[in-house]
Amino acid sequence: MDAIRPAASFLLQRLVQMLLVMLAILAIAFAVRSSLGDPIRELTGQAASASERAELREELGLNDSWPVQFGRYLKGAATGDLGTSYIYKRSTLGVILDKFPASFELVLAASLIVVLLSIPGGIYCAVKPRSLGAKLVLGFSVLGVSVPVFLTGILLISLFSVLWGWLPAFGRGETVSVFGWESSFLSLDGLEHLLLPAVTLSSIMLPLFIRLIRSAMLDELGRDYVRTARAKGVSRIHIWIGHALRNAWLPVIAQAGLQFGNLLAFTLLTETVFQWPGMGFLFLEAVTRADIPLITTYLVVVGAIFVVTNTIADLMSLALDPRVSLEAAR
Amino acid sequence: MSGAGEIGQPPARVSSALRRHPGAIVLLTLLALFALAALFAPAIAPQNPYDLASLDILDSELPPVWLDGGSWTYPLGTDAQGRDLLSAVLYGLRVSMLVGVLAVVIQAAIGIPLGMLAGYSGGRADTLVTRFADIQLSLSTLMLAIVALALFRTWLGADSLGANAVPILVVVIGLAEWPFFARTARAGVMSEKAKDYVRAARALGATDAAIIRRHIFPNILSPLIIVAAIGIANAIMAEAALSFLGLGMPPTRPSLGTLIRSGYDLIFAGAWWVTLIPGAVLVALLLTINLLGDSLRDALDPRLQDRGGSVTV
Repeated sequence: MDAIRPAASFLLQRLVQMLLVMLAILAIAFAVRSSLGDPIRELTGQAASASERAELREELGLNDSWPVQFGRYLKGAATGDLGTSYIYKRSTLGVILDKFPASFELVLAASLIVVLLSIPGGIYCAVKPRSLGAKLVLGFSVLGVSVPVFLTGILLISLFSVLWGWLPAFGRGETVSVFGWESSFLSLDGLEHLLLPAVTLSSIMLPLFIRLIRSAMLDELGRDYVRTARAKGVSRIHIWIGHALRNAWLPVIAQAGLQFGNLLAFTLLTETVFQWPGMGFLFLEAVTRADIPLITTYLVVVGAIFVVTNTIADLMSLALDPRVSLEAAR
Repeated sequence: MSGAGEIGQPPARVSSALRRHPGAIVLLTLLALFALAALFAPAIAPQNPYDLASLDILDSELPPVWLDGGSWTYPLGTDAQGRDLLSAVLYGLRVSMLVGVLAVVIQAAIGIPLGMLAGYSGGRADTLVTRFADIQLSLSTLMLAIVALALFRTWLGADSLGANAVPILVVVIGLAEWPFFARTARAGVMSEKAKDYVRAARALGATDAAIIRRHIFPNILSPLIIVAAIGIANAIMAEAALSFLGLGMPPTRPSLGTLIRSGYDLIFAGAWWVTLIPGAVLVALLLTINLLGDSLRDALDPRLQDRGGSVTV
């Protein structure tokens, strides 16, 4: 069989699926917007007369049938126009994308912490399952799962900011602009502001990944090829890293893809605790002030991020694992 | 008909498994204490925290009894309105546990029948349920709940959402996590339905409904109890998160999450207890349920060890 063709058709299938999901999300966003939002009241306020309002309704096309309106909404979406924010009086997509770097860097910093700690932690718990250290790490992971992320944040703030006064408790501090991207990584003040939120966000993902890597490693270490390698005299470290970890990656990546939605929710909670000016914080502001175009645009943006990352995770496990059959991966 | 009796009915199996794990007894006792405190909160609490007339603003932000300035009148201190924190926490525990348990009842009511149907009949129904569960699990339950409640809030307004928060939270959290019950029920039915006792029952002329209800269901109960335990912890955590965001229980009827939210600003004024005491109670409750779930899992099904939360089937 030609190996390329199924892969290409799988890719195409995935792409079509992505588009369908996005269409569904846009339909939901459109439905919410047209049933909850009243752009006329927002645009005119109390002063406008009934006839002025009716005129504006006609002008904005709000009297058209809903398929026509939905078509217009999709056309707008394709060009990046998803409406105008009531609060900010400008393009909702622009408002949200301005907040993207803050959220992205928070997630990036937290992911770095998770990757740097969960891999050695997970391997250690798998190769020395009866050691005191492994029991401590696993005990900590049960505790970590039981402490809600916002409480971790509050606890860290009350210790490091209020009690000891070492680190700032809210905001992003000083950022450095690199080609229009506001970064926290390039100034000491920015890094200080980033530290507590990033540790908070990682605290909820870390236990999960340590457990995942541990159980995937335990699976691999029990297999015949490990015994063979050991019989051949391959060093332990080489077996752990070079053989077992390489195979243990696959379930971990598949799981990481599934956890992405939770990561978004945890980021939103972390941003709320630290008043971190990211997309989640903006979303809650939009909810409190009933800025419906902003709310629905957030749904579309988050849906898009979610669909794209899920597809990437799928493609990655496909690329890394020749055993994943394309038929089964449908 | 007494074939299943030899290994003991599942509840008996649960209790004998617990007896072999002394730690589990301690956890069970703790959970019982939490449940009793929640159930009898109005009787135990020194003050009715909803009764604004009993609050005295002069008593606001008093520290717990073990700190300077604390007194036995308010053993855990008071909040910004002078509300007795012990009473507020007891009532909050009541709301949190109510929402958690009811949400899991909904999850079970949807998930168990669907999962049993899928596992017993196989074929198209099975594909449909499994696919649906997969899709739902690939979405984040917490994110879905946040979005759903944000829309409810925009639609109903903050006051009206607050008045109907319990049923809305129960339904939203309940709808979000049924797939865990469905998967467990399905896997259980699939492994049980090929066994001799099921074939014997069928040979004796039992109907499918009777076989499922009277023979299979009791035998798949233990893994479902574990799912329920973890489900309650997750539901309580989800409710706390939503309330912390201001999308759940209103300040007029606070859950533990609402108490944490309303005390949050005070940590900067040094009154850490207003937010951290409800927080500590929440963590203790979640830890108790999670650890109990873990030890139940170890006791009932050694094969499932370390697979907790993993979504591979």
